[in-house]
Amino acid sequence: MRSLLLRREVSCVEVVGACLQRIAQSPLNAFVSVCPERALRQACAVDERIARHRAGMLAGLAIGVKDNINVRGWKTTCASRHLADYVAPFHATAVRRLLRQDAIVLGKTNMDEFAMGSSGESSHFGPTRNPHCLERVPGGSSSGSAAAVAAREVWAALGSDTGGSVRQPASFCGVVGLKPTYGRVSRYGLVAFGSSLDQIGPLTLSVQDCALVLQVIAGHDPHEATSSRLPVLDWQRELDRGISGLRLGRPAEYFQPPASAEVRDAVDATLAQLVGAGAGVEEISLPHTDYAVATYYVTCTAEASSNLARFDGMRYGARSAANDLDETYVATRTLGFGPEVKRRILLGCFVLSAGHYQAYYDKAQRVRTLIAQDFARAFEKVDCLVTPTAPTTAFRMGKRTVNPLTMYLSDVYTVSASLCGLPAISVPCGRDANGLPIGLQVIGKPFDEGTVLRVARAVEIARGQR
Amino acid sequence: MAEGLEAVIGLEVHVQLLTASKLFCGCSTAFGAAPNTQVCPVCLGLPGALPVLNRRAVELALRLGLALGCEIDRHCRFARKQYFYPDLPKGYQITQFWAPLCCGGRMEFEVDGTPRSVRLRHAHLEEDAGRSVHAEAYVAEDETLVDLNRCGVPLVEIVTEPELHSPREAACFVAELRRLLRCLGVSDGQMERGSLRCDANVSIRPKGAPDQGVATEIKNLNSLRALERALATEVARQVAVRGQGEAVSHQTLCWDAAAQAVAVMRDKEYAHDYRYSPEPDLPPACIPERWIEKLRRALPELPLARKRRLEREYGLPPERAYLLTDDSSLADYFEAVAKAVGVPQLACNWMTGAVARTAKQLHVSIAEFPVPASSLAKLLVEVRDGALSDHAARQVLSTMIATGRPVEDLLASRGTSLPRPEVGRVIEEVLFQHSTLVSGYRQGKKQLFGFFIGEVMRKLPDEADPQEVRALLQERLAGPPADPEGD
Repeated sequence: MRSLLLRREVSCVEVVGACLQRIAQSPLNAFVSVCPERALRQACAVDERIARHRAGMLAGLAIGVKDNINVRGWKTTCASRHLADYVAPFHATAVRRLLRQDAIVLGKTNMDEFAMGSSGESSHFGPTRNPHCLERVPGGSSSGSAAAVAAREVWAALGSDTGGSVRQPASFCGVVGLKPTYGRVSRYGLVAFGSSLDQIGPLTLSVQDCALVLQVIAGHDPHEATSSRLPVLDWQRELDRGISGLRLGRPAEYFQPPASAEVRDAVDATLAQLVGAGAGVEEISLPHTDYAVATYYVTCTAEASSNLARFDGMRYGARSAANDLDETYVATRTLGFGPEVKRRILLGCFVLSAGHYQAYYDKAQRVRTLIAQDFARAFEKVDCLVTPTAPTTAFRMGKRTVNPLTMYLSDVYTVSASLCGLPAISVPCGRDANGLPIGLQVIGKPFDEGTVLRVARAVEIARGQR
Repeated sequence: MAEGLEAVIGLEVHVQLLTASKLFCGCSTAFGAAPNTQVCPVCLGLPGALPVLNRRAVELALRLGLALGCEIDRHCRFARKQYFYPDLPKGYQITQFWAPLCCGGRMEFEVDGTPRSVRLRHAHLEEDAGRSVHAEAYVAEDETLVDLNRCGVPLVEIVTEPELHSPREAACFVAELRRLLRCLGVSDGQMERGSLRCDANVSIRPKGAPDQGVATEIKNLNSLRALERALATEVARQVAVRGQGEAVSHQTLCWDAAAQAVAVMRDKEYAHDYRYSPEPDLPPACIPERWIEKLRRALPELPLARKRRLEREYGLPPERAYLLTDDSSLADYFEAVAKAVGVPQLACNWMTGAVARTAKQLHVSIAEFPVPASSLAKLLVEVRDGALSDHAARQVLSTMIATGRPVEDLLASRGTSLPRPEVGRVIEEVLFQHSTLVSGYRQGKKQLFGFFIGEVMRKLPDEADPQEVRALLQERLAGPPADPEGD
């Protein structure tokens, strides 16, 4: 697509027009809002820059942005009733960097409300559907971003990953999804959910595209105190190096139930192919894996209860009138937030409360350290870890919304990397009996996106992709 | 105080740091701007905005901590303190909880000449909240408006141990703290602008009892007078409650300055749970030893130490020494003059008399005072030697200020003056040449006066008496507007 655009065999206006048409006819509900005028206006401008050979690295490429990432002058709803009319006054740093390289933002993608959910069903604007089977969920919370890329409604999309929200929907929709190292991409302009876990990441059709988007959005940001000063690399070039000599770890704990046999077999079969490409595989143990989901949910709900306190209806957002100040807060938040968000705020308030802090939050942070030590030990032996992304393929809509705990288990293989801030990617590695995509996850050392991307590329090659 | 009882007072002092920008964003901290004009996504807590720590604020807090002899925590870590309040946009305040930047330490001060010392619990960095506005002319009766200009303004909260035993002591402590803050350049300490605010915990106990007893907290005392009065009122109230055999209850109070009374804000029956949590948006900032050492070396002599030294070295009475050390440039000026003249009492009299008065009239601080210490010293040497009367010296001083002429010239030309007609002629000439400036002056540009003086003096031989020129010029300029055509 890039080369077609740059050779001017097709214009940006044509590409954007085609994407907009696809979106308009789509049954997926992948977008919360689309702005055709804005996109076409920008496409015209980029066409001109291409003609003058002044175009940026992403010239003319259509992008979707998860609706919890600010685009200036555009609604940022977080798929919540509370923010249904909130217009962001500033760009997220990642968005600014995409626009600077002439990417064209077509729309804001659907998601679980405030990025809380693993199925894409908790949006105020209705659920997103899986392009491989409309009766199944696309995964979450970056449901719209994954579905839109899989259905080729956009070239790439930004998602946010707190406990697997980029990787798990990428797995369910059969696309590539990367959660960079914590601090690699600025969080400025991303509406915070779990601040110590949140990271913006790209969803794309190929590993190559993923590397390109990462290169554009990564790097230090003076507006973000946790953003890293490490240099941004040309990760696309890394991909050609192959994986010969790399040592891949196979953590035993990730190849047991709840992972389905189909998922385990597909990942193992791919591992065998990677060995054929010159990599070595070693059995690894991450003994604290069992505690990861509990640790994650204590941590992220605690942070969410704090981060969502600002949505009080005082300065922006929907305010519900009531008799006095306290009642106004209660009425506003009762009406504005959906059930999953309320559940997590309550959980978070509970684990931070003076009487329970030691038993829950503080304990969770200690376990978090133990999990990080598991990984550090593993990385003394291997260069990266290869695991399933999710225990199953996409499940049917409505199936897990009844019992939230079953939903939380969808994240069992993704949360550990989030707790430890490690880079991790999901790449398609096969299909189940129903033809649904299976995702393989590669987890790397801190700031070693290069190795993660190389292994993901090797998976693509093993599956016969260009 | 009733027999056998003593008051136990602990203070929490909030001090606004003297930074140009806020603690976590680049917004201005200037006082008095129109509501909500010094705000950005960060201090408004808009979705997606993140804080970035202001290095200068940390530096000022460190400077204060070092001056008070605190232990410095070498990792500057922050926490979130959660509470819902309309003028707290994020729903939490970023503050320090588990590890305050400065721990321990003590502060020395004097109560009417008696040395006292209070231990400090800690001093920590935090951001200020906004301001809810009611009871203003432009606010309807049932409305509350919110001004978020103060949101994110950097504060240091200094918490003392409950070791103060009278309202007077508490006031003296805060007064000395304010002198210290100003001397260090850490804060302007202006209570009326909210850059120094006090909360006080107060209780009554049998003298020497081991624990503090049930304390009440008086919030937002915004002047030394209010602090002393509120404490005195509250101590008396508690003594009375005790006298009736009742127990003091755990309450939060506020001081009503108009009624000179304390009022109950809320009963503290139910303790607030702030749900403290680590601030994940700000990684711990490591403070290098080198930085701390550099700041330690740059500490000036502190006001109390200096006051005592001035008493000792120059034999000054305590009140005078206190006055002179209220502002370190005043003390610097005094010491320079006193050393040169050799009679500290003379220098002190002039500093606290004519110099202070003139500076006040000119609306300048002593650091901006137009006459350098060396010039004043030369003048005072004449006074010391009896060559000049006090009165004459004061005239020379005001001439120096009015004309900017060096003291040597004025001393040389003292007593001589030109005949009036000559001066009058030159004045008329100057005013004629600058008739547009004259009308400017008469329309209010009073700063032109110095220019006219300068012009007249330039055209006159050196012996001219500036006092006379000044008087004549003032008289002439006060007349009817000059008519440039007819003159």
